[in-house]
Parts: sequence; structure tokens; C-alpha cells
Amino acid sequence: MTIHQLSIFIENKAGTLQKVLDLLSEAGIQLIASTIADTVEYGIYRIICSEPTRAYTCLKEAGISVSLSDVFAITLDNQPGRAAEAVRVLSSEGIGITYMYSFLLGDKGILVFRTDNAERTRECIILNRLSFVAEKDLSTLI
Amino acid sequence: MYLHPEFETLSRSEIKDLQLKRLKDTVRHCMNSPFYRQRFADNNLTPEDICSLEDLQKIPFTTKQDLRDTYPFGMAAVPLEKCTRLHSSSGTTGNPTVILHTEKDLQEWAKAVARCLYMVGLRPNDVFQNTSGYGMFTGGLGFQYGAEHLGMLTVPAAAGNTKRQLKFITDFGTTAIHAIPSYAARLHEVMESMGIDPARDTKLKTLVIGAEPHSEAQRKRIEEMLGVKAYNSFGMSEMCGPGVAFECTEQNGLHIWEDYYIVEIINPDTLEPVPDGEVGELVLTTLNREAMPLLRYRTRDLTRILPGECPCGRKHVRLDRMKGRSDDMIILKGVNIFPIQIETVLLQFPELATDYLITLETVDSNDEMTIEVELNQLFTDDYARLQSLTRDITRVIKDEILVTPRVKLLPKGSLPQSEGKAVRVRDLRKPY
Repeated sequence: MTIHQLSIFIENKAGTLQKVLDLLSEAGIQLIASTIADTVEYGIYRIICSEPTRAYTCLKEAGISVSLSDVFAITLDNQPGRAAEAVRVLSSEGIGITYMYSFLLGDKGILVFRTDNAERTRECIILNRLSFVAEKDLSTLI
Repeated sequence: MYLHPEFETLSRSEIKDLQLKRLKDTVRHCMNSPFYRQRFADNNLTPEDICSLEDLQKIPFTTKQDLRDTYPFGMAAVPLEKCTRLHSSSGTTGNPTVILHTEKDLQEWAKAVARCLYMVGLRPNDVFQNTSGYGMFTGGLGFQYGAEHLGMLTVPAAAGNTKRQLKFITDFGTTAIHAIPSYAARLHEVMESMGIDPARDTKLKTLVIGAEPHSEAQRKRIEEMLGVKAYNSFGMSEMCGPGVAFECTEQNGLHIWEDYYIVEIINPDTLEPVPDGEVGELVLTTLNREAMPLLRYRTRDLTRILPGECPCGRKHVRLDRMKGRSDDMIILKGVNIFPIQIETVLLQFPELATDYLITLETVDSNDEMTIEVELNQLFTDDYARLQSLTRDITRVIKDEILVTPRVKLLPKGSLPQSEGKAVRVRDLRKPY
């Protein structure tokens, strides 16, 4: 029910993001979505990509501080109010969202997020029949 | 102009005679210390072997490590029930060091500090405000007792709370302050922001500065800013604290009280004496300590004896400004810090790699420490956990070194790789 996400710890310094992107490019990895917040000293660059496991190994071997984690990704119709409905499913259950980002893919909207309670999130997604992206679906997204 | 003319006006030969007499007494007294008894036995020495000042060379050096190894009371030369005060170094890395004092030691210490303060013109009608931290830091109680012994109204303002310090200065008519140089600059900064003119609104005339390296230019700056004369003070907890050496009104070198100490300057590598006037490590032998006499103690401070006589008439030799350390000790805000203390704390965090870099810099005339440390691996992808790790590291280091550092997490491999000995400390502090 979850997908792999790469999280890369990068120093807030010119050129550090470039290095990560160059490594992924050389390895032929394709980005699907990515996000980075602006903080004073460092950032966590989060990436959904093709072949996350291979991307992880490739970055790690290059000495990049990287981790591979599981995040939820649900697909929504590209209509106003869909994201609000999806989030309400979680918030009404008292589940907190740690972070979230979204992107459009074709005619679908995709919400990527992590919560403070993975087990209950899974239950919620199943009980409310939310449509989710699984790891094996990633390659078909591209 | 002398508080103790009987000691301050001694000629060179009288000083030597007094030193020899006191050295013999000290060496005999040292045989009451388990550490020195063993040390002498190991070297086939007896107190009778010390017949001249030159014989001092036969005695092995005492080091900080010896103090750590005998922690807590192995150096004591009197029974513990005769001791009335204990000072200890900060930190929990390895063993800290303990310095014991008897009632007489405390009196002698107070007298030495009083002699210094009197030498720069302070008298019982002065008001002395001490901005040192109190507690284990000897700059607090050391100046307190010394200033009281001289008979001044003494204000134990202690460290920090600058606005309150300024209120004391103006309300109590403070004429003399003891402060580390960077704090003196801070006082001035806050005075300016509050519209206080030191010349118009205060009675300040004397500043005692020490415990922090500073240049002649920095001293001049402070003197101009506050409209005072600033005198250098030198001391260390192993030698009681402040009162070891002090500038006279000539402001050219610090007279070290040779009725209290025998001074040697050695090459820290060969351990041989350096020629007169050359820089080396200061080695001190105490001459009137009861609880914890120290023979040939390696201070690790680098300095030299200024050649020639001081126009003030005192024949006690003058030490030049401290030139640095022969070990890696950092002095920040008057606090002594060894990088190993920080390293030991960092090693407790499995999230961290072993490389780190300590940077000392001046930010808004405040000296600050930044510790950059590499993450071992990215154990989380959550900002909140990285922030809480940073907070935890900061707190544990603060507990260890008593100074709050700024901790900065870095990706692994981002600290410059050094060839050979790793550079762990960068000192970018500027004169203010």
C-alpha cells in the first residue's frame, strides 16, 4: 500500500542539490515527484522516482546521506475538493499528517504523505476505499 | 603603593633566599602527600636532596594528568579534615581535577589577589564589582575574597544579566570591575544602547581583565570605550585561581609573585629550560600551599619572562602576555574547554559520524562556538527528529563544557578531509 521515497539530507549550500540530481541522471533514474523545504542550515530532499532501490544504492555508494522510507500515495480525481475529502478521512480519525506533497499525473492527482500512525492509516485507506498507488504501480505511472 | 612591602620590595637575592627556604619547607611538606611520597621514592629522591634552587631540576614535572590520576584526594598533603574548600574543573570526561585548600591557603590566596588589586591603585574606598561566574570557577570566589581582604565594598554580581550589572554600576558607584575582555566589550555595547555614558554616568576607573586571550589592541579598545585603565590578570585553578601574576601600573608584563611561586620556562618538546626571554611553557612550583603543594607543575601556558627591570621597582619577574597553549585547550568566555570533552559527547550519539569541526567566532562582539558534525546516515526523513537530535546534542555538550554551542548537522563527507592530523578547532575570533 506504500511506495518507496528517497530522503536525502543536503547541506544548504550551492551545488549540493546539483550533485544529487547529476548522480540520478547518470544512473538513468527518472524523477516522478520531488520536494524540498527551505530551512536555514540543511534540507531534506524527498524524491519519488523510478527504481527507488537502485537509486538508493547508487546515491549511498556516492557517499550521499540518503534513506529509503515508505510513504502513502493516494490517487484522486482531478476535481476541486478531492484532496480535502481524502485528508478528512484521516483527520477525522485523529491521524496526524507529518508532511504531504502532491502532483498531477495525467488526469489524476496524487497525494504523497506520511502520518504519525502507519497502521491506522492503512486501515483508513482500506475502509474508505481510497485508491492508492503501490510500489509495483510506480513504473506504470511514468 | 605596596600592600606587602616586606615581600614586594625584596631584592633579587632576597627573593632567591626566601624561595630556597620555602622550597625546602614545601618539599618536606610534600612527603605528607601520597602522590609525592611515591614520586620521590620512584626517583630515589629525598627532601634532603634539594639543597639549592638548582636542585629543583632533579624533581620530575607534575602534570594535569597526575591530578586526574590522583582524583579526588590523592595529592592532598594534609588530612581532609584540615581542608575547608574544594574547587574542581568542569566536565566529566576522564577524571576532573580537584584543588583543595586549607583555611590558611584561602587566606594566602586572598592576600595575593588583594596585593594585585592594591598594586593597580585600588583602595578600601573603592567599589569592586565581580562579573565572573561564581561556584567552581575560581575567578568568582577568588576575586571576592581578595577584594574583601583589601577592604573594598565588593559586589558579587556574577556573570550575565548585563542590564542588572549596569544598574549596579550606576547605583552603587562601582569604581572597579573584573570581567573577561569580551564581556567588557558587551557591557559597553549595552551601555550605548541604554544611553549610558561611562564618563558621565559611572565612576568606573579600573578594569581587571583576564581568563581570555586578548591583544594589546583589544585592551586599548576596552580602555577607550569605558574610559578606564585595564589591567591583565593571570591565574589558574591549579594555582588557586587569580592572583598568580598581575600587571602593575606600567601595564608592561605581569609580575608573578615569587614569594608564592618558583617560575621556570621550558621547551614543551625537550622539557629543557629555554634561554632567558624566550617563549616556552610556564612551569610553576608553589611555595606556601598547605593542602595541595605542587612541584614543577606544567601549566601548558606559553609565555616568556620579560627581560630587564620594571620601572615600578618590584623585582618579581614579569611574564609576557600568554601566547597560547602547548595543548589543545580552548578558552571561551573564560571557560577552559578541551576538544576531547566535546568529542566524547559526540561519540555517545550513534546518529553521528566521527568527524567534527569546532569553530570559534565573534558574532556581535560575543564569542561563540559552532560545532559542525556529520550525520552517520540519514536515520529519519523527518525535520522534527533532526531538530530534536540537534537540541539533545546541544544540551549534553552544554552540561559538559558549561558553554552553549551552536550545533550544525552536516551530511556525511562534507567536512574537509585533512591530511595527517585532523583539524578539529578553527579560531576565527576577532578583536572587537
